[in-house]
Amino acid sequence: MSDITSGQRLGASPGPRPEAIKAIPVRHPGRWVSAILVLLVVAQVVYTILVQAGLKWEVVGHYLFQGLIRGGIVVTLELTVLAMIIGVALGIVLAVMRLSPNPVVSWVSWFYIWFFRGTPVLVQIFFWFNLNLVLPHLTLGIAGTPFYWRGPGTNSLITNFMAALLGLGLNEAAYMAEIVRAGLISVEQGQSEAAQALGMTRMLVMRRIILPQAMRVIIPPTGNETISMLKTSSLAFVAAVPELFTRGEQIASANFNVVELIFVVSTWYLFMTSILTVGQFYLERYFARGSQRELPTTPLQRLRRMLFTLHAPQPQPDLVAPGPAVPRSEHR
Amino acid sequence: MTPAPMVKAEAVHKNFGRLEVLRGIDLEVYPREVMCMIGPSGSGKSTFLRCINHLEKIDAGRLSVDGELVGYQQRGDKLYELGDDAVCKKRSEIGMVFQHFNLFPHMTALENLVEAPIRVKRESRAVAVERGRRLLERVGLGEKMHAYPKQLSGGQQQRVAIARALAMQPKLMLFDEPTSALDPELVGEVLDVMRGLAEDGMTMVVVTHEMGFAREVSDSLVFMDGGVVVEKGKPRDVLANPQHERTRSFLSKVL
Repeated sequence: MSDITSGQRLGASPGPRPEAIKAIPVRHPGRWVSAILVLLVVAQVVYTILVQAGLKWEVVGHYLFQGLIRGGIVVTLELTVLAMIIGVALGIVLAVMRLSPNPVVSWVSWFYIWFFRGTPVLVQIFFWFNLNLVLPHLTLGIAGTPFYWRGPGTNSLITNFMAALLGLGLNEAAYMAEIVRAGLISVEQGQSEAAQALGMTRMLVMRRIILPQAMRVIIPPTGNETISMLKTSSLAFVAAVPELFTRGEQIASANFNVVELIFVVSTWYLFMTSILTVGQFYLERYFARGSQRELPTTPLQRLRRMLFTLHAPQPQPDLVAPGPAVPRSEHR
Repeated sequence: MTPAPMVKAEAVHKNFGRLEVLRGIDLEVYPREVMCMIGPSGSGKSTFLRCINHLEKIDAGRLSVDGELVGYQQRGDKLYELGDDAVCKKRSEIGMVFQHFNLFPHMTALENLVEAPIRVKRESRAVAVERGRRLLERVGLGEKMHAYPKQLSGGQQQRVAIARALAMQPKLMLFDEPTSALDPELVGEVLDVMRGLAEDGMTMVVVTHEMGFAREVSDSLVFMDGGVVVEKGKPRDVLANPQHERTRSFLSKVL
Protein backbone atom coordinates (compact mmCIF):
# COMPACT_ATOMS: atom_id res chain seq x y z
CA MET A 1 0.00 0.00 0.00
CA SER A 2 1.32 3.37 -0.94
CA ASP A 3 1.31 6.27 1.41
CA ILE A 4 -2.07 7.93 1.32
CA THR A 5 -0.53 11.40 1.47
CA SER A 6 0.96 10.84 -1.99
CA GLY A 7 -2.54 11.75 -3.19
CA GLN A 8 -1.30 15.31 -3.50
CA ARG A 9 -0.13 14.40 -6.99
CA LEU A 10 -3.74 13.92 -8.12
CA GLY A 11 -4.79 16.40 -10.76
CA ALA A 12 -1.20 17.35 -11.53
CA SER A 13 0.23 16.78 -14.99
CA PRO A 14 1.35 13.20 -15.70
CA GLY A 15 4.95 12.22 -14.98
CA PRO A 16 7.63 11.58 -17.60
CA ARG A 17 6.83 8.79 -20.07
CA PRO A 18 8.99 5.74 -19.42
CA GLU A 19 10.89 4.00 -22.22
CA ALA A 20 8.71 1.89 -24.56
CA ILE A 21 8.61 -1.84 -23.67
CA LYS A 22 11.07 -4.02 -25.59
CA ALA A 23 10.35 -7.69 -24.98
CA ILE A 24 10.94 -10.90 -26.91
CA PRO A 25 7.56 -11.75 -28.47
CA VAL A 26 5.80 -15.07 -27.80
CA ARG A 27 6.61 -17.69 -30.44
CA HIS A 28 3.72 -19.09 -32.48
CA PRO A 29 4.88 -22.42 -33.92
CA GLY A 30 1.27 -23.45 -34.61
CA ARG A 31 1.00 -20.72 -37.23
CA TRP A 32 3.97 -22.05 -39.15
CA VAL A 33 2.76 -25.64 -39.00
CA SER A 34 -0.73 -24.73 -40.19
CA ALA A 35 0.65 -22.51 -42.95
CA ILE A 36 2.74 -25.37 -44.31
CA LEU A 37 -0.21 -27.80 -44.13
CA VAL A 38 -2.52 -25.38 -45.94
CA LEU A 39 0.12 -24.73 -48.57
CA LEU A 40 0.47 -28.46 -49.21
CA VAL A 41 -3.28 -28.95 -49.61
CA VAL A 42 -3.61 -25.93 -51.91
CA ALA A 43 -0.70 -27.14 -54.05
CA GLN A 44 -2.31 -30.56 -54.38
CA VAL A 45 -5.70 -29.11 -55.36
CA VAL A 46 -4.21 -26.72 -57.93
CA TYR A 47 -2.06 -29.51 -59.39
CA THR A 48 -5.10 -31.79 -59.66
CA ILE A 49 -7.22 -29.16 -61.38
CA LEU A 50 -4.58 -27.86 -63.74
CA VAL A 51 -2.66 -31.01 -64.64
CA GLN A 52 -4.54 -34.19 -63.68
CA ALA A 53 -8.14 -33.20 -64.42
CA GLY A 54 -7.71 -32.56 -68.11
CA LEU A 55 -10.16 -29.65 -68.11
CA LYS A 56 -10.55 -28.06 -71.50
CA TRP A 57 -9.67 -24.50 -70.53
CA GLU A 58 -10.39 -23.18 -73.99
CA VAL A 59 -14.00 -24.42 -73.55
CA VAL A 60 -14.23 -22.66 -70.18
CA GLY A 61 -12.83 -19.49 -71.73
CA HIS A 62 -15.17 -19.69 -74.68
CA TYR A 63 -18.36 -20.13 -72.69
CA LEU A 64 -17.50 -17.76 -69.83
CA PHE A 65 -18.72 -14.76 -71.84
CA GLN A 66 -20.84 -16.58 -74.40
CA GLY A 67 -24.25 -15.13 -75.32
CA LEU A 68 -26.39 -17.94 -73.90
CA ILE A 69 -24.59 -17.77 -70.55
CA ARG A 70 -24.91 -13.97 -70.49
CA GLY A 71 -28.65 -14.32 -71.16
CA GLY A 72 -28.84 -16.84 -68.33
CA ILE A 73 -27.18 -14.41 -65.95
CA VAL A 74 -29.81 -11.78 -66.77
CA VAL A 75 -32.65 -14.23 -66.07
CA THR A 76 -31.01 -15.36 -62.81
CA LEU A 77 -30.72 -11.75 -61.67
CA GLU A 78 -34.32 -11.02 -62.67
CA LEU A 79 -35.55 -14.03 -60.74
CA THR A 80 -33.48 -13.16 -57.69
CA VAL A 81 -34.51 -9.50 -57.58
CA LEU A 82 -38.20 -10.12 -58.22
CA ALA A 83 -38.43 -13.08 -55.83
CA MET A 84 -36.72 -11.03 -53.09
CA ILE A 85 -39.06 -8.08 -53.71
CA ILE A 86 -42.05 -10.40 -53.30
CA GLY A 87 -40.41 -12.06 -50.31
CA VAL A 88 -39.53 -8.85 -48.46
CA ALA A 89 -42.79 -7.01 -49.20
CA LEU A 90 -45.00 -9.96 -48.34
CA GLY A 91 -42.72 -10.88 -45.42
CA ILE A 92 -43.16 -7.43 -43.84
CA VAL A 93 -46.93 -7.65 -44.26
CA LEU A 94 -46.99 -11.14 -42.75
CA ALA A 95 -44.79 -10.09 -39.82
CA VAL A 96 -46.99 -7.09 -39.02
CA MET A 97 -50.05 -9.33 -39.34
CA ARG A 98 -48.47 -11.88 -37.04
CA LEU A 99 -48.01 -9.22 -34.33
CA SER A 100 -51.47 -7.74 -34.86
CA PRO A 101 -53.88 -7.70 -31.92
CA ASN A 102 -56.52 -8.97 -34.38
CA PRO A 103 -56.47 -12.77 -33.77
CA VAL A 104 -57.87 -13.66 -37.22
CA VAL A 105 -55.15 -11.73 -39.03
CA SER A 106 -52.45 -13.13 -36.77
CA TRP A 107 -53.67 -16.67 -37.29
CA VAL A 108 -53.76 -16.30 -41.10
CA SER A 109 -50.12 -15.22 -41.00
CA TRP A 110 -49.22 -18.16 -38.79
CA PHE A 111 -50.91 -20.56 -41.20
CA TYR A 112 -49.15 -19.08 -44.24
CA ILE A 113 -45.74 -19.39 -42.61
CA TRP A 114 -46.51 -22.91 -41.43
CA PHE A 115 -47.51 -24.01 -44.94
CA PHE A 116 -44.87 -22.34 -47.09
CA ARG A 117 -42.00 -23.02 -44.73
CA GLY A 118 -43.10 -26.58 -44.29
CA THR A 119 -42.93 -27.65 -47.92
CA PRO A 120 -39.78 -27.73 -50.13
CA VAL A 121 -39.27 -24.83 -52.59
CA LEU A 122 -38.52 -27.30 -55.34
CA VAL A 123 -41.92 -28.90 -54.83
CA GLN A 124 -43.62 -25.51 -54.73
CA ILE A 125 -42.06 -24.44 -58.04
CA PHE A 126 -43.07 -27.76 -59.53
CA PHE A 127 -46.60 -27.26 -58.22
CA TRP A 128 -47.05 -23.84 -59.88
CA PHE A 129 -45.47 -25.20 -63.06
CA ASN A 130 -48.01 -28.02 -63.25
CA LEU A 131 -51.07 -26.24 -61.89
CA ASN A 132 -52.72 -26.15 -65.32
CA LEU A 133 -53.02 -29.95 -65.28
CA VAL A 134 -55.82 -29.73 -62.72
CA LEU A 135 -56.92 -26.12 -63.19
CA PRO A 136 -56.92 -25.11 -66.85
CA HIS A 137 -58.64 -21.77 -66.09
CA LEU A 138 -58.50 -19.51 -63.09
CA THR A 139 -62.02 -19.18 -61.66
CA LEU A 140 -63.69 -17.26 -58.86
CA GLY A 141 -67.01 -18.08 -57.18
CA ILE A 142 -69.34 -21.03 -57.69
CA ALA A 143 -70.03 -22.42 -61.18
CA GLY A 144 -73.65 -22.22 -62.36
CA THR A 145 -74.48 -19.23 -60.17
CA PRO A 146 -74.29 -15.51 -61.06
CA PHE A 147 -71.34 -15.32 -58.71
CA TYR A 148 -68.91 -16.96 -61.10
CA TRP A 149 -65.97 -15.55 -62.95
CA ARG A 150 -63.84 -17.49 -65.37
CA GLY A 151 -60.41 -15.93 -65.84
CA PRO A 152 -57.71 -16.45 -68.42
CA GLY A 153 -56.06 -19.82 -68.92
CA THR A 154 -53.68 -20.86 -66.20
CA ASN A 155 -50.87 -21.45 -68.66
CA SER A 156 -51.10 -17.99 -70.17
CA LEU A 157 -50.95 -16.44 -66.69
CA ILE A 158 -48.47 -18.74 -64.99
CA THR A 159 -45.67 -18.95 -67.53
CA ASN A 160 -42.54 -20.94 -66.75
CA PHE A 161 -40.91 -17.81 -65.37
CA MET A 162 -43.98 -16.98 -63.26
CA ALA A 163 -44.10 -20.50 -61.85
CA ALA A 164 -40.50 -20.21 -60.69
CA LEU A 165 -41.06 -16.69 -59.40
CA LEU A 166 -44.17 -17.67 -57.42
CA GLY A 167 -42.43 -20.70 -55.94
CA LEU A 168 -39.34 -18.77 -54.92
CA GLY A 169 -41.10 -15.55 -53.83
CA LEU A 170 -43.94 -17.04 -51.79
CA ASN A 171 -41.56 -19.41 -50.04
CA GLU A 172 -39.15 -16.60 -49.32
CA ALA A 173 -41.96 -14.51 -47.82
CA ALA A 174 -42.46 -17.11 -45.10
CA TYR A 175 -38.79 -16.92 -44.10
CA MET A 176 -38.66 -13.14 -44.39
CA ALA A 177 -41.74 -12.86 -42.17
CA GLU A 178 -39.86 -14.57 -39.35
CA ILE A 179 -36.78 -12.39 -39.91
CA VAL A 180 -38.87 -9.20 -39.91
CA ARG A 181 -40.80 -10.32 -36.84
CA ALA A 182 -37.56 -10.87 -34.94
CA GLY A 183 -36.49 -7.37 -35.97
CA LEU A 184 -39.74 -5.76 -34.87
CA ILE A 185 -39.64 -7.48 -31.49
CA SER A 186 -36.04 -6.33 -30.95
CA VAL A 187 -37.05 -2.65 -30.86
CA GLU A 188 -37.39 -1.39 -27.31
CA GLN A 189 -40.91 -1.05 -25.89
CA GLY A 190 -40.24 2.57 -24.89
CA GLN A 191 -39.95 3.56 -28.53
CA SER A 192 -43.52 2.66 -29.36
CA GLU A 193 -44.72 4.21 -26.08
CA ALA A 194 -42.98 7.49 -26.84
CA ALA A 195 -44.47 7.50 -30.34
CA GLN A 196 -47.94 6.67 -29.03
CA ALA A 197 -47.66 9.42 -26.43
CA LEU A 198 -47.12 11.85 -29.31
CA GLY A 199 -50.45 10.75 -30.76
CA MET A 200 -49.14 8.50 -33.51
CA THR A 201 -51.47 5.71 -34.65
CA ARG A 202 -50.45 2.06 -34.55
CA MET A 203 -49.67 1.92 -38.26
CA LEU A 204 -47.73 5.18 -38.15
CA VAL A 205 -45.68 3.96 -35.18
CA MET A 206 -44.91 0.77 -37.06
CA ARG A 207 -43.96 2.50 -40.32
CA ARG A 208 -42.02 5.50 -39.02
CA ILE A 209 -40.53 4.34 -35.70
CA ILE A 210 -40.41 0.56 -35.30
CA LEU A 211 -39.65 -0.65 -38.84
CA PRO A 212 -36.73 1.73 -39.52
CA GLN A 213 -35.09 0.64 -36.27
CA ALA A 214 -35.86 -3.01 -36.92
CA MET A 215 -34.04 -2.67 -40.26
CA ARG A 216 -30.69 -2.84 -38.49
CA VAL A 217 -31.60 -6.30 -37.23
CA ILE A 218 -33.40 -7.29 -40.45
CA ILE A 219 -30.75 -6.28 -43.01
CA PRO A 220 -27.94 -8.77 -42.26
CA PRO A 221 -30.09 -11.92 -42.51
CA THR A 222 -31.88 -10.42 -45.53
CA GLY A 223 -28.54 -10.03 -47.28
CA ASN A 224 -27.93 -13.62 -46.42
CA GLU A 225 -31.31 -14.57 -47.87
CA THR A 226 -30.58 -12.65 -51.08
CA ILE A 227 -27.29 -14.46 -51.54
CA SER A 228 -29.07 -17.71 -50.85
CA MET A 229 -31.84 -16.78 -53.32
CA LEU A 230 -29.32 -16.10 -56.08
CA LYS A 231 -28.24 -19.71 -55.84
CA THR A 232 -31.67 -21.21 -55.04
CA SER A 233 -33.00 -19.61 -58.24
CA SER A 234 -31.17 -22.41 -60.06
CA LEU A 235 -34.12 -24.60 -58.98
CA ALA A 236 -36.08 -22.77 -61.70
CA PHE A 237 -34.37 -25.43 -63.80
CA VAL A 238 -37.36 -27.74 -63.09
CA ALA A 239 -39.71 -25.18 -64.66
CA ALA A 240 -37.44 -24.93 -67.72
CA VAL A 241 -36.69 -21.26 -67.03
CA PRO A 242 -33.59 -20.31 -69.06
CA GLU A 243 -31.56 -19.02 -66.10
CA LEU A 244 -27.82 -19.46 -65.64
CA PHE A 245 -27.76 -23.06 -64.47
CA THR A 246 -30.37 -24.20 -67.01
CA ARG A 247 -28.35 -22.62 -69.82
CA GLY A 248 -25.14 -24.26 -68.62
CA GLU A 249 -26.85 -27.61 -68.39
CA GLN A 250 -28.35 -27.22 -71.87
CA ILE A 251 -24.99 -26.38 -73.41
CA ALA A 252 -23.31 -29.25 -71.55
CA SER A 253 -25.87 -31.80 -72.67
CA ALA A 254 -25.16 -30.78 -76.27
CA ASN A 255 -21.35 -30.84 -76.14
CA PHE A 256 -20.70 -33.12 -73.12
CA ASN A 257 -18.30 -30.63 -71.50
CA VAL A 258 -20.21 -30.93 -68.23
CA VAL A 259 -17.47 -30.06 -65.74
CA GLU A 260 -16.24 -27.15 -67.85
CA LEU A 261 -19.73 -25.65 -67.81
CA ILE A 262 -20.11 -26.29 -64.09
CA PHE A 263 -16.90 -24.32 -63.79
CA VAL A 264 -18.30 -21.47 -65.89
CA VAL A 265 -21.61 -21.37 -64.04
CA SER A 266 -19.97 -21.53 -60.61
CA THR A 267 -17.60 -18.72 -61.51
CA TRP A 268 -20.54 -16.48 -62.29
CA TYR A 269 -22.50 -17.43 -59.16
CA LEU A 270 -19.40 -16.73 -57.07
CA PHE A 271 -18.84 -13.40 -58.79
CA MET A 272 -22.45 -12.30 -58.26
CA THR A 273 -22.59 -13.34 -54.60
CA SER A 274 -19.32 -11.43 -54.02
CA ILE A 275 -20.92 -8.27 -55.42
CA LEU A 276 -23.92 -8.80 -53.14
CA THR A 277 -21.64 -9.14 -50.12
CA VAL A 278 -20.18 -5.71 -50.83
CA GLY A 279 -23.65 -4.26 -51.30
CA GLN A 280 -24.73 -5.67 -47.97
CA PHE A 281 -21.84 -3.93 -46.20
CA TYR A 282 -22.95 -0.53 -47.43
CA LEU A 283 -26.61 -1.22 -46.67
CA GLU A 284 -25.79 -2.21 -43.09
CA ARG A 285 -23.66 0.88 -42.76
CA TYR A 286 -26.56 3.07 -43.90
CA PHE A 287 -28.99 1.60 -41.38
CA ALA A 288 -26.44 1.79 -38.56
CA ARG A 289 -26.73 5.59 -38.52
CA GLY A 290 -27.82 6.81 -35.13
CA SER A 291 -26.97 3.55 -33.44
CA GLN A 292 -23.24 4.04 -33.38
CA ARG A 293 -21.31 7.19 -32.63
CA GLU A 294 -19.09 6.53 -35.62
CA LEU A 295 -19.95 4.48 -38.68
CA PRO A 296 -17.61 1.65 -39.60
CA THR A 297 -15.08 2.75 -42.21
CA THR A 298 -15.55 1.62 -45.79
CA PRO A 299 -12.69 -0.32 -47.43
CA LEU A 300 -11.96 2.78 -49.52
CA GLN A 301 -11.65 4.94 -46.40
CA ARG A 302 -9.43 2.34 -44.80
CA LEU A 303 -7.20 2.24 -47.89
CA ARG A 304 -6.95 6.02 -47.93
CA ARG A 305 -6.12 6.13 -44.23
CA MET A 306 -3.51 3.42 -44.69
CA LEU A 307 -1.82 5.30 -47.55
CA PHE A 308 -1.96 8.52 -45.57
CA THR A 309 -0.38 7.03 -42.47
CA LEU A 310 2.30 5.36 -44.58
CA HIS A 311 3.42 8.76 -45.80
CA ALA A 312 2.98 10.54 -42.51
CA PRO A 313 5.94 10.61 -40.13
CA GLN A 314 5.69 7.75 -37.66
CA PRO A 315 5.64 8.66 -33.99
CA GLN A 316 8.98 7.84 -32.42
CA PRO A 317 8.52 7.95 -28.68
CA ASP A 318 12.10 6.86 -28.06
CA LEU A 319 13.44 10.04 -29.59
CA VAL A 320 11.08 12.29 -27.68
CA ALA A 321 12.78 13.79 -24.70
CA PRO A 322 11.06 12.66 -21.50
CA GLY A 323 8.99 15.22 -19.70
CA PRO A 324 5.33 16.21 -19.66
CA ALA A 325 5.90 19.52 -21.43
CA VAL A 326 6.65 17.93 -24.81
CA PRO A 327 3.45 17.37 -26.83
CA ARG A 328 3.13 13.87 -28.16
CA SER A 329 2.31 13.05 -31.73
CA GLU A 330 -1.38 12.80 -32.54
CA HIS A 331 -0.85 9.81 -34.82
CA ARG A 332 -1.79 6.35 -33.80
CA MET B 1 -64.88 30.94 -9.22
CA THR B 2 -62.27 28.28 -9.74
CA PRO B 3 -61.57 27.17 -13.32
CA ALA B 4 -62.41 23.66 -14.50
CA PRO B 5 -59.66 21.18 -13.65
CA MET B 6 -57.27 20.06 -16.40
CA VAL B 7 -57.01 16.59 -14.89
CA LYS B 8 -59.75 15.14 -12.72
CA ALA B 9 -59.44 11.70 -11.19
CA GLU B 10 -62.27 10.13 -9.23
CA ALA B 11 -61.74 6.79 -7.50
CA VAL B 12 -59.34 5.62 -10.21
CA HIS B 13 -58.49 1.93 -9.90
CA LYS B 14 -55.98 -0.07 -11.91
CA ASN B 15 -54.80 -3.61 -11.53
CA PHE B 16 -52.24 -5.70 -13.37
CA GLY B 17 -53.74 -9.15 -13.15
CA ARG B 18 -54.45 -9.67 -9.45
CA LEU B 19 -52.06 -6.94 -8.34
CA GLU B 20 -53.91 -3.76 -7.41
CA VAL B 21 -51.65 -0.87 -8.39
CA LEU B 22 -54.10 2.01 -8.00
CA ARG B 23 -56.73 1.71 -5.29
CA GLY B 24 -58.91 4.76 -5.62
CA ILE B 25 -57.10 7.93 -6.63
CA ASP B 26 -58.93 11.23 -6.29
CA LEU B 27 -56.98 14.20 -7.61
CA GLU B 28 -57.49 17.44 -9.45
CA VAL B 29 -54.90 19.39 -11.37
CA TYR B 30 -55.88 22.90 -12.42
CA PRO B 31 -54.64 24.83 -15.45
CA ARG B 32 -51.18 26.40 -14.88
CA GLU B 33 -50.69 24.19 -11.83
CA VAL B 34 -47.51 22.21 -11.31
CA MET B 35 -48.15 19.07 -9.31
CA CYS B 36 -45.32 16.87 -8.11
CA MET B 37 -45.90 13.27 -7.13
CA ILE B 38 -43.54 11.51 -4.78
CA GLY B 39 -43.54 8.15 -3.11
CA PRO B 40 -41.66 4.87 -2.89
CA SER B 41 -41.25 2.77 -6.02
CA GLY B 42 -44.25 0.58 -6.66
CA SER B 43 -46.57 3.12 -5.08
CA GLY B 44 -48.41 3.60 -8.39
CA LYS B 45 -47.37 7.15 -9.26
CA SER B 46 -45.93 6.26 -12.67
CA THR B 47 -48.92 4.06 -13.44
CA PHE B 48 -51.27 6.93 -12.61
CA LEU B 49 -49.30 9.20 -14.92
CA ARG B 50 -49.55 6.66 -17.75
CA CYS B 51 -53.30 6.36 -17.19
CA ILE B 52 -53.69 10.10 -17.85
CA ASN B 53 -52.72 9.68 -21.52
CA HIS B 54 -54.24 6.22 -21.77
CA LEU B 55 -50.98 4.29 -22.09
CA GLU B 56 -52.66 2.22 -19.38
CA LYS B 57 -56.39 1.53 -19.22
CA ILE B 58 -58.09 2.18 -15.91
CA ASP B 59 -60.32 -0.56 -14.48
CA ALA B 60 -62.68 1.49 -12.35
CA GLY B 61 -63.44 5.09 -11.55
CA ARG B 62 -63.45 8.15 -13.78
CA LEU B 63 -60.48 9.98 -15.25
CA SER B 64 -60.87 13.04 -17.43
CA VAL B 65 -58.54 15.52 -19.07
CA ASP B 66 -59.82 19.01 -19.93
CA GLY B 67 -63.38 17.91 -19.26
CA GLU B 68 -63.30 14.82 -21.51
CA LEU B 69 -63.06 11.24 -20.31
CA VAL B 70 -59.76 9.46 -21.07
CA GLY B 71 -60.24 6.53 -23.45
CA TYR B 72 -64.04 6.54 -23.27
CA GLN B 73 -67.02 8.53 -24.34
CA GLN B 74 -70.19 8.89 -22.35
CA ARG B 75 -73.48 8.91 -24.28
CA GLY B 76 -76.55 8.75 -22.09
CA ASP B 77 -75.67 6.44 -19.25
CA LYS B 78 -73.54 4.16 -21.44
CA LEU B 79 -69.78 4.25 -21.73
CA TYR B 80 -68.25 3.66 -25.17
CA GLU B 81 -64.63 2.75 -25.66
CA LEU B 82 -62.81 5.18 -27.97
CA GLY B 83 -61.24 3.96 -31.20
CA ASP B 84 -57.54 4.16 -32.00
CA ASP B 85 -57.89 7.46 -33.90
CA ALA B 86 -59.79 9.22 -31.12
CA VAL B 87 -57.34 8.01 -28.47
CA CYS B 88 -54.42 9.23 -30.60
CA LYS B 89 -56.06 12.62 -31.03
CA LYS B 90 -56.35 13.00 -27.24
CA ARG B 91 -52.79 11.86 -26.69
CA SER B 92 -51.51 14.40 -29.18
CA GLU B 93 -52.71 17.14 -26.80
CA ILE B 94 -50.76 15.73 -23.85
CA GLY B 95 -46.98 15.79 -23.79
CA MET B 96 -45.06 13.06 -22.01
CA VAL B 97 -41.43 12.84 -20.95
CA PHE B 98 -40.00 9.47 -19.98
CA GLN B 99 -37.34 8.37 -17.53
CA HIS B 100 -35.25 6.85 -20.32
CA PHE B 101 -35.89 9.71 -22.79
CA ASN B 102 -37.01 7.30 -25.55
CA LEU B 103 -35.79 9.56 -28.32
CA PHE B 104 -36.01 8.00 -31.76
CA PRO B 105 -32.39 6.95 -32.33
CA HIS B 106 -32.63 6.84 -36.13
CA MET B 107 -33.58 10.51 -36.32
CA THR B 108 -31.62 13.66 -35.56
CA ALA B 109 -32.74 15.94 -32.73
CA LEU B 110 -34.67 18.17 -35.13
CA GLU B 111 -36.25 15.20 -36.92
CA ASN B 112 -37.38 13.90 -33.53
CA LEU B 113 -39.14 17.21 -32.97
CA VAL B 114 -40.88 17.57 -36.33
CA GLU B 115 -41.99 13.95 -36.81
CA ALA B 116 -45.26 14.08 -34.88
CA PRO B 117 -46.29 17.64 -35.85
CA ILE B 118 -45.94 16.70 -39.52
CA ARG B 119 -47.37 13.19 -39.39
CA VAL B 120 -50.01 13.58 -36.69
CA LYS B 121 -51.06 17.23 -36.86
CA ARG B 122 -50.35 17.46 -40.60
CA GLU B 123 -48.43 20.67 -40.24
CA SER B 124 -46.30 21.84 -43.13
CA ARG B 125 -42.63 20.91 -42.84
CA ALA B 126 -41.59 24.56 -42.86
CA VAL B 127 -43.82 25.45 -39.92
CA ALA B 128 -42.79 22.38 -37.93
CA VAL B 129 -39.08 22.92 -38.59
CA GLU B 130 -39.31 26.56 -37.62
CA ARG B 131 -40.93 25.72 -34.29
CA GLY B 132 -38.53 22.81 -33.83
CA ARG B 133 -35.55 25.13 -34.18
CA ARG B 134 -36.99 27.61 -31.71
CA LEU B 135 -37.73 24.89 -29.17
CA LEU B 136 -34.26 23.38 -29.44
CA GLU B 137 -32.78 26.83 -28.93
CA ARG B 138 -35.05 27.33 -25.97
CA VAL B 139 -33.74 24.18 -24.26
CA GLY B 140 -30.22 25.33 -25.09
CA LEU B 141 -29.51 22.86 -27.88
CA GLY B 142 -29.61 25.07 -30.95
CA GLU B 143 -26.15 23.79 -31.82
CA LYS B 144 -27.18 20.14 -31.66
CA MET B 145 -30.04 20.36 -34.15
CA HIS B 146 -28.57 17.73 -36.46
CA ALA B 147 -27.00 15.44 -33.88
CA TYR B 148 -28.31 11.92 -33.38
CA PRO B 149 -29.43 11.01 -29.84
CA LYS B 150 -26.41 8.71 -29.35
CA GLN B 151 -24.13 11.70 -29.85
CA LEU B 152 -25.77 13.60 -26.97
CA SER B 153 -25.31 13.33 -23.21
CA GLY B 154 -28.19 12.07 -21.09
CA GLY B 155 -29.11 15.57 -20.00
CA GLN B 156 -29.09 16.81 -23.58
CA GLN B 157 -31.22 13.86 -24.68
CA GLN B 158 -33.79 14.59 -22.01
CA ARG B 159 -33.92 18.25 -23.02
CA VAL B 160 -34.55 17.17 -26.62
CA ALA B 161 -37.27 14.83 -25.32
CA ILE B 162 -38.94 17.73 -23.51
CA ALA B 163 -38.69 19.86 -26.66
CA ARG B 164 -40.17 16.98 -28.67
CA ALA B 165 -43.21 16.87 -26.38
CA LEU B 166 -43.55 20.66 -26.53
CA ALA B 167 -43.45 20.59 -30.33
CA MET B 168 -46.99 19.22 -30.28
CA GLN B 169 -48.08 22.32 -28.33
CA PRO B 170 -49.68 20.28 -25.54
CA LYS B 171 -52.05 21.69 -22.96
CA LEU B 172 -50.66 19.36 -20.32
CA MET B 173 -47.19 17.91 -19.73
CA LEU B 174 -46.51 14.65 -17.91
CA PHE B 175 -43.02 13.90 -16.58
CA ASP B 176 -42.22 10.35 -15.50
CA GLU B 177 -39.09 10.56 -13.32
CA PRO B 178 -37.36 12.77 -15.91
CA THR B 179 -34.05 12.99 -14.03
CA SER B 180 -33.79 9.51 -12.50
CA ALA B 181 -31.63 8.08 -15.29
CA LEU B 182 -29.22 11.02 -15.33
CA ASP B 183 -25.77 11.50 -13.85
CA PRO B 184 -26.07 13.84 -10.85
CA GLU B 185 -24.19 16.63 -12.60
CA LEU B 186 -26.66 16.58 -15.51
CA VAL B 187 -29.85 16.77 -13.42
CA GLY B 188 -29.67 20.56 -13.05
CA GLU B 189 -29.88 21.38 -16.75
CA VAL B 190 -33.07 19.34 -17.14
CA LEU B 191 -34.67 20.80 -14.03
CA ASP B 192 -33.83 24.30 -15.29
CA VAL B 193 -35.77 23.65 -18.49
CA MET B 194 -38.72 22.32 -16.47
CA ARG B 195 -38.58 25.31 -14.15
CA GLY B 196 -38.76 27.64 -17.16
CA LEU B 197 -41.74 25.71 -18.46
CA ALA B 198 -43.53 26.06 -15.12
CA GLU B 199 -42.85 29.81 -15.08
CA ASP B 200 -44.45 30.07 -18.52
CA GLY B 201 -47.65 28.66 -17.07
CA MET B 202 -47.58 25.10 -18.42
CA THR B 203 -49.81 22.65 -16.56
CA MET B 204 -47.49 19.90 -15.37
CA VAL B 205 -47.71 16.62 -13.48
CA VAL B 206 -44.25 15.52 -12.40
CA VAL B 207 -43.35 12.18 -10.85
CA THR B 208 -40.00 12.85 -9.26
CA HIS B 209 -37.50 12.14 -6.52
CA GLU B 210 -36.09 15.68 -6.69
CA MET B 211 -37.39 17.11 -3.43
CA GLY B 212 -35.66 20.46 -4.04
CA PHE B 213 -37.48 20.87 -7.34
CA ALA B 214 -40.76 19.83 -5.74
CA ARG B 215 -40.32 22.38 -2.97
CA GLU B 216 -39.34 25.32 -5.17
CA VAL B 217 -41.36 24.83 -8.32
CA SER B 218 -44.52 22.86 -7.60
CA ASP B 219 -47.83 24.31 -6.47
CA SER B 220 -48.98 21.08 -4.91
CA LEU B 221 -47.26 17.96 -3.70
CA VAL B 222 -48.79 14.51 -3.57
CA PHE B 223 -47.37 11.64 -1.59
CA MET B 224 -48.50 8.23 -2.79
CA ASP B 225 -48.04 4.86 -1.22
CA GLY B 226 -49.64 1.48 -1.84
CA GLY B 227 -51.82 2.75 -4.67
CA VAL B 228 -53.49 5.57 -2.74
CA VAL B 229 -52.84 9.26 -2.13
CA VAL B 230 -51.62 9.42 1.43
CA GLU B 231 -51.14 13.13 1.63
CA LYS B 232 -51.60 16.17 -0.57
CA GLY B 233 -50.88 19.81 0.07
CA LYS B 234 -48.61 22.77 -0.41
CA PRO B 235 -45.10 21.39 -0.96
CA ARG B 236 -43.59 23.35 1.92
CA ASP B 237 -46.25 22.09 4.31
CA VAL B 238 -45.99 18.47 3.26
CA LEU B 239 -42.21 18.45 3.30
CA ALA B 240 -41.76 20.40 6.51
CA ASN B 241 -44.73 19.16 8.44
CA PRO B 242 -46.07 15.84 7.15
CA GLN B 243 -49.34 14.78 8.74
CA HIS B 244 -49.02 11.05 8.24
CA GLU B 245 -46.57 8.65 9.77
CA ARG B 246 -45.96 6.97 6.36
CA THR B 247 -45.06 10.31 4.77
CA ARG B 248 -42.79 11.15 7.66
CA SER B 249 -40.84 7.91 7.44
CA PHE B 250 -40.49 8.21 3.61
CA LEU B 251 -39.27 11.79 3.83
CA SER B 252 -36.83 10.95 6.61
CA LYS B 253 -35.16 8.51 4.21
CA VAL B 254 -34.96 10.75 1.15
CA LEU B 255 -34.36 14.23 2.57
